[in-house]
Amino acid sequence: MSDLINTVLGLYNYWIVIFLMMCGFYIVVAHDNLIKKLVGLNIFQASVFVLYITFGKVSGGTAPILGEAFHVYSNPLPHVLILTAIVVGVATTALGLALVVRINEAYGTIEDDEIHSQDDEP
Amino acid sequence: MIAAHLPALQVVVPLILAPACMLVRLRDAAWGVALAASWASLAIAWLLLQQVLASGPISYHLGNWAPPIGIEYRVDELSAFVLLIVSGIGAVVMPFARESVRAEFGTRRVYMFYTCYLLCLTGLLGIAITGDAFNLFVFLEISSLSSYVLIAMGRNRRALTASYQYLVMGTIGATFYVIGIGLLYAETGTLNMADLASRIAEQPGSRSIGVAFGFIVIGLSLKLALFPLHLWLPNAYTYAPSMVSAFLAATATKVALYALLRMVYTVFESDLTLGLVPMYAMFLGLALFAMFAASTVAIFQNNLKRMLAYSSVAQIGYMILGLSYINVTGLTATIVHMFNHAMIKGGMFLALGCCMYRLGSVHIRDLAGLGRTMPLTAAALVAGGLGLIGVPLTAGFISKWYLVLGAIERGWWPVAVLIMLSSLLAVAYVWRMVEAMYFTPPPETVPEGMDTRLSMLIPTWVLIGASLYFGVQTELTVGVARDAATALLGMPR
Repeated sequence: MSDLINTVLGLYNYWIVIFLMMCGFYIVVAHDNLIKKLVGLNIFQASVFVLYITFGKVSGGTAPILGEAFHVYSNPLPHVLILTAIVVGVATTALGLALVVRINEAYGTIEDDEIHSQDDEP
Repeated sequence: MIAAHLPALQVVVPLILAPACMLVRLRDAAWGVALAASWASLAIAWLLLQQVLASGPISYHLGNWAPPIGIEYRVDELSAFVLLIVSGIGAVVMPFARESVRAEFGTRRVYMFYTCYLLCLTGLLGIAITGDAFNLFVFLEISSLSSYVLIAMGRNRRALTASYQYLVMGTIGATFYVIGIGLLYAETGTLNMADLASRIAEQPGSRSIGVAFGFIVIGLSLKLALFPLHLWLPNAYTYAPSMVSAFLAATATKVALYALLRMVYTVFESDLTLGLVPMYAMFLGLALFAMFAASTVAIFQNNLKRMLAYSSVAQIGYMILGLSYINVTGLTATIVHMFNHAMIKGGMFLALGCCMYRLGSVHIRDLAGLGRTMPLTAAALVAGGLGLIGVPLTAGFISKWYLVLGAIERGWWPVAVLIMLSSLLAVAYVWRMVEAMYFTPPPETVPEGMDTRLSMLIPTWVLIGASLYFGVQTELTVGVARDAATALLGMPR
């Protein structure tokens, strides 16, 4: 029983990751609104950030500071990688939003189905 | 002295010159900078290939940090070959771009177009050269983000939605790849590909590694438009500016395929025998589906760019098919076809760019009588079409020959038959094109003058000519591809 509780509670970060990942993915797939899709994409990416940061964390570890008083460090590499991934995510969101603005100018709507129906007209 | 730094220069030259394009602002100057960068990249790629062929793989340590701590650039036959494809296409497409971009894009802020193009080139070259799994992700995103922008610059408003769709699917693909890399890092503590391979070999049957493999394969399959994950591709190639369609069709999917080959054969190689074999059955099935479904859809397209886009999905099927054999001949076919298809499709998209420039359309209705109004362009389309079918003396034949040979070697006779049957579908769509161009009278109102500008015709024919030349002279392509395939499978020469 205590094993089960440990698995469920002790790994709560991973449960959050999975929850966020599925939420984000669902929003991207299920919503027609282009902005909502981008929000979903962001949540999806954020879940991966949490995943990486969780890997790097060592219980009781500090930031990697060289000094007498510190012996246990968290692994900084995943954290650095995620800084890169965050930058990529920001760029993607910015570009996505810019495209949505242009789409709104061209079609007068940002709903996927309305755009499709406009395109299907000859 | 400088020769030792060629691997870094390969990526750094276009990367540094991209903002330079932005700074000069003048249309022709920006074009000149992009042209110089493309040709310099080609020269570097050629020198690298010669170095690799002469003295084996090159390992370059960025900033002198030794791998696996530092980022390693690793050039072996396969990556040198892919570098040559990408930079070669870039170098040929750039002279074409000047007129084509001016006509399709107007004159405002053209320098930004070239900046994006150079960033895209940087990303694609980076993917091919890096030996670090996370660095690959960064380059993947550099190339993807810039190609979303390039596609969105198409004149039709549907270019915007095509780009948006590609952005969503591409980002999901890249994120899947990052998840996979994260799991691998958690399991092995390294990101260097060679190091990953040896550490994965130490823990056979690990479930995390299996999951990582799944994420990486699906993520990259989205990027390379493996059927049925190809949905972004037809719209993106159809509505992008002509020069962008030609450049991306010839390079982007090939480079993603390269990344997949690298992951499957270099990183996970030792797991091939450990229960992941169904993966290859999956590749085989999807490849066959792609060959038939996409070719069939291509037959019914009236927009020729869209027809070629669907044909690309089918051709990617052939490349994946070679990968699924797990033997040297099959892999050779895959690698050779990456090269051959880049020449053929690049050339054909450029030819359509000529039509777009002169006629303002690539609808099959508007191409009636093209054989008389634009004889050289029409001939290029036919020669490329023959290559897609795989007629002897074209490059396409060489690829199909090795594919069939590999299937027979594996004892898969039905697959060999299916390859030939699917070529018949290609005959159907190429014939539709020929019929329109040669057996339909041209419309009354044809623009004056013969064919199109030389600056556009020459690049088109360079690529089409290359596809014919390498259909006869296979020493370079098949030779390098075979070496690369042998090295990938870890067999002695």
